[in-house]
Amino acid sequence: MQIRVRFFASLREEVGAADRLLELAAPVTVSDVWRQATRMTPPANLLCACNHAYTDWDAPVNDGDEVAFFPPVTGG
Amino acid sequence: MKIEIRPEPYDPWDELAAHQSASDALAPGRYGACASFVGTMRDFNEGEEVRSMHLEHYPEMTQAQLEQLAEECIRRHGLLDVLVLHRVGEILPNDPIVLVAAWSAHRKEALGACREMMEMLKSRATFWKKEQLGRGERWVERNTPG
Repeated sequence: MQIRVRFFASLREEVGAADRLLELAAPVTVSDVWRQATRMTPPANLLCACNHAYTDWDAPVNDGDEVAFFPPVTGG
Repeated sequence: MKIEIRPEPYDPWDELAAHQSASDALAPGRYGACASFVGTMRDFNEGEEVRSMHLEHYPEMTQAQLEQLAEECIRRHGLLDVLVLHRVGEILPNDPIVLVAAWSAHRKEALGACREMMEMLKSRATFWKKEQLGRGERWVERNTPG
């Protein structure tokens, strides 16, 4: 199945990419997507979203989903 | 309800007045309270001069979050209307960043909802600030508690 992965802010700079397309075999969780996309140890304050809503590290991911990783937010 | 992410500078007071005049939900005499918050860019942070700032966001997620947040506040506080504007892109000191305004029949609902929307926006909405300093640049790592 195909997953689009996106990175934002300082994490985008650390990873060196704004987005990646992954081909993975089901079943897949958010943590699997992170490992396949980055090969990095996840930062302690890492946040993640699936299809534009916050999600958990262990949440399942489906074909066509967009998974995003980013640091704590600092808007306002 | 109007929720917009703006790549260009805006005048929050002009926007507030224009929305209040144009909104069908805010006919004269219908509302008795308007509470607003405007956040502007400082020229200092953590003991250093900040020359400018770049505000990044996650367009699809941020817009949906702000709309959901406003809808929840309208329902929970019984508001008549909400206006939220938020800048992205290159920002200079004294530029308005965020405007949150809530209208209701009485002050309690408007004041409570305005503060709640700001705190939720600060803690949940997907924006990130990168500051330009004299010595280089740095990401803002966390927001100050409200």
